[in-house]
Amino acid sequence: MFAFLVRRLGQAILVMLVISILSFSIQDELGDPLRELVGQSVSEEIRNQLRDELGLNDPFLVQYWRFLKNAVQGDLGTSYFFKRPALDVILDKLPATIDLVVAATFWIILFSVPAGMFAAIRPNHWLSKLCMGLSILGISIPVFLTAIFLIQIFAVNLGWFPAYGRGDTVVLFGGWETSLLSLDGLSHLLLPSVSLASVILPLFVRIIRSEMMEVLETEYVKFAWAKGLSKYRIWTVHAFKNTLLPVITVGGVQLGIMVAYTILTETVFQWPGMGFMFLEAINRVDTPLIVAYLIVVGLIFVITNTVVDIIYGLVNPMVKLTGR
Amino acid sequence: MTEQVLLVRRNIWHRVQNSAMYYSFVHNRTAMVSAAIVFTYVLLAVLAPLIAPYNPWDLTQFDIMDSEIPPIGSVEADSRFMLGTDAMGRDMLSAMLYGTGISILIGVFATCLQLVLGVSIGLIAGYFGGRLDSFLMRVADIQLSFTTLMVAIVVLALFQATVGLRLYEEFAIVAIVLVIGLAEWPQYARTVRACVLAAKKQEYVDAARVIGLHPFTIIYRHILPNTFSPLLVISTVQVANAIITEASLSFLGLGMPVTKPSLGSLIQNGFHYVFSGSWWITTLPAITLVILIVAINLLGDWLRDVLNPKIYN
Repeated sequence: MFAFLVRRLGQAILVMLVISILSFSIQDELGDPLRELVGQSVSEEIRNQLRDELGLNDPFLVQYWRFLKNAVQGDLGTSYFFKRPALDVILDKLPATIDLVVAATFWIILFSVPAGMFAAIRPNHWLSKLCMGLSILGISIPVFLTAIFLIQIFAVNLGWFPAYGRGDTVVLFGGWETSLLSLDGLSHLLLPSVSLASVILPLFVRIIRSEMMEVLETEYVKFAWAKGLSKYRIWTVHAFKNTLLPVITVGGVQLGIMVAYTILTETVFQWPGMGFMFLEAINRVDTPLIVAYLIVVGLIFVITNTVVDIIYGLVNPMVKLTGR
Repeated sequence: MTEQVLLVRRNIWHRVQNSAMYYSFVHNRTAMVSAAIVFTYVLLAVLAPLIAPYNPWDLTQFDIMDSEIPPIGSVEADSRFMLGTDAMGRDMLSAMLYGTGISILIGVFATCLQLVLGVSIGLIAGYFGGRLDSFLMRVADIQLSFTTLMVAIVVLALFQATVGLRLYEEFAIVAIVLVIGLAEWPQYARTVRACVLAAKKQEYVDAARVIGLHPFTIIYRHILPNTFSPLLVISTVQVANAIITEASLSFLGLGMPVTKPSLGSLIQNGFHYVFSGSWWITTLPAITLVILIVAINLLGDWLRDVLNPKIYN
């Protein structure tokens, strides 16, 4: 168990190092920090002197080491546009994105579990066929189109929900703002979260359905029927519990995908989160902010993947925890 | 000689007709309809330069006076533009025909790149095993955990920032194909590797090794053919995914430029007008895109049911 943990953590750290090297070389290539600092009017000599002072003439590895030391201490540079530490800017935007992801996850769990289970238990029922048809449609419609149509129908034509922005927020402990606790915030959150969920939800329905169908064919489920257990107990305790294992693995990866899709949803709904900020940073060539975003998102990906792997290792007795 | 060729052709046709796949295809209405739709799309895209009434890539052909004309059926429609025009006065029908072509082109080429890369890596990892295998599969894990869309957004944004917008517009199609192609190879590599591992235990592979065939001959002649059915299933889904990814990138302004639009850039192009009443500029390409992807996905679903391969992803 211990060896497994160490190996998995070692891999996570290795991946973070690769991400940081890549991000740093982006910073090195893109834009000139000196131009942002002093503008055009300074002579070449002073520029060179400043470069020396700032360490921009040092070898790549020396610069990278300095970057890494700062990054570990939470200093990812200063945003050109906001004139504030890049990490602070991102942490300001993070709650909005987390609201979105939490709300979308809520929809996904609420609908995928019953739909997937039902479609597996009664594959020929019209409702199951409807579910599967809708799931194909959901997979096939790009998330930004779903968002546009939701706005068109529910915001413009019907006027039920606001089309953009975040609405009222409630401040939690430590200045953390959330839309989840105010009615206005929730109404702003509804359309973006539904459109974000619309890409991932069909995948979950399909995974749960196919896994559940496989489990329902196994010997121990047949034995449970033979024992005369109630059908609800068989469906939930015997069958569904065992479909959760693959769902966990896929689910972890999907969480990463969701973070990527927030860029699209946030752009359409002008949701003031990380993804929207990232796209703006790209348009402004705000290099430190781009780099900081990549590192934060990379960290989120790596943490979710590591946690999922570890949970999987703990739950699945077939994974050899001792290593080879 | 010609008789022989004819005989061979007839034999192949016979084999196709007698196959389980053909039977299932003929008896499955969804599969036939979706195949017909995909075929029509490809045909229209290939013939676009011949059947399109205007050349949507030629800026000199647009007249700003023709801008935002609604499609036929509405009061202000113009018979010259069956599906209306966009804000630049470009004929929507022509733009959509050409755009479909670009979308399909990107989808197919990106998938081909994934296929070549993924199959080669999967075969090498599976056949040679050992440290090389575990290294390649770890890389695949890591690559998969970073979604294609994320990687593509980052890479294309940086590419755009470094080379500038003008140069970017010229090389956008190559860049998109490369990014989507390079980011999704693990899908193939994992499945092929699993197939190789299963095939390696078979006696015919042992026999081939015993008679002293070169490893690459064994891989190519004896193992590779076993991977065809899962590859076919993955490929259909991957084409659909690549088209969606390209559309999403275009929507963010990182895909095809408006001067040579794909379906995605057409949607993006009309997005600013959709709430002011000019719905057709976005809705028509959007519906075109969705129908194409639904048809490809349905075809993929049918293939998955018929071939029933084990896919590892």
